[in-house]
Amino acid sequence: MIGALIARDLRRAGTGAAWLPIAFFMLVATLLPFAIGPDARLLARIGPGMIWIAALLAALLPIERLIEPDRADGVLDQLALRGLAEESVAAAKIAAHWLGFAPLLLLAAIPAAALLAMPLEALGRTELALALASPALAAVAVAIAAITAGLPRAGALAGLLVIPPTVPLLIFGAAAAGSGQSAPFLLETAVALLLTAGAPFVAGAAIRASRT
Amino acid sequence: MSTERLLEAHGLALVRGGRMLFEGLDLKVAHGERLHLAGANGSGKTSLLRLVAGLLQPSAGTILRAPLALADEHAALDRELPLAKALAFWRGGQLREAIAAFGLADLERVPVRLLSAGQLKRAALARVMASGAPLWLLDEPLNALDSDGAALLASAIDSQLAAGGAVIAASHQPLPGDWRTVELGQ
Repeated sequence: MIGALIARDLRRAGTGAAWLPIAFFMLVATLLPFAIGPDARLLARIGPGMIWIAALLAALLPIERLIEPDRADGVLDQLALRGLAEESVAAAKIAAHWLGFAPLLLLAAIPAAALLAMPLEALGRTELALALASPALAAVAVAIAAITAGLPRAGALAGLLVIPPTVPLLIFGAAAAGSGQSAPFLLETAVALLLTAGAPFVAGAAIRASRT
Repeated sequence: MSTERLLEAHGLALVRGGRMLFEGLDLKVAHGERLHLAGANGSGKTSLLRLVAGLLQPSAGTILRAPLALADEHAALDRELPLAKALAFWRGGQLREAIAAFGLADLERVPVRLLSAGQLKRAALARVMASGAPLWLLDEPLNALDSDGAALLASAIDSQLAAGGAVIAASHQPLPGDWRTVELGQ
């Protein structure tokens, strides 16, 4: 059932607005040189950080579509009746969200890096940092989606809730992408592991609490 | 739980929003039995069904239950898929029989989003039947069904009981057939 749930969510993401987060990501990367100006050195210096901010926002963009439709349509209840723990459902949704956006994001980072005049080695570091953090971005998105499911003005609340868990990831991830040192990579990996491992339990508890 | 019973609940109580919906409620459902949870709007019929299903926790009491399936007001079907594929996601062992039993064979290729409320209700009931669960929980099963749909439901329930299963239905209106009734909100 877990495999079927991942495949279903992936298919729904593919037939829905899966391109939207990536389009948003590319839009930021495209518009930034117009806003900053054609100073290649400046663009290259802020490029990794900007790519990180764009990636983080892109991963969180579909939050309202991750849990709420299934809660409202009784799918989460039916999964529970089939003996699937809410934590397992959350883990499946994290996997599906990650598979849906991370590969595309890593691909989109290549033209984005070119637009921001980033050197090849900086692109390599950025890709590695994004690859390490992308499961955590998906996990945080699903956890926040579960916490805010069914609440009025959930989108605004999600925007606020997302900041605390993702700021450490942003700090270490952007530092890892911008510098060649190993310490930021290790810290980013530690934060990403913590968020990825903890999110299914948070999301599972939130799904249970949302039942009426 | 006795092997003759599919559900045994003792001393059930449920407090919702500071209001006691019911307390000290005992429920026993045996093979081949149909139980009607009756009562006015807000009397706790749906909450009791969800409690029996394990989707809510009782404020007091214990429940022992056999494997069950629930049809409530939600279809729980992927709206963009053809009906047969949407039902197949739930992996019922008796999917073909269930689709036929609820007169849905002609709609198998129709996307769920194009189905009427009555057709969606039939689809939700077919999902329950396809599960092969011995205990069916039906919330307002006659809602949105026309006379043909109600007849198909009655026939499906008869088949379920003949196969040794049981049905608990929550409804504010009388149900056709011979049901044991538990009145809530009294």
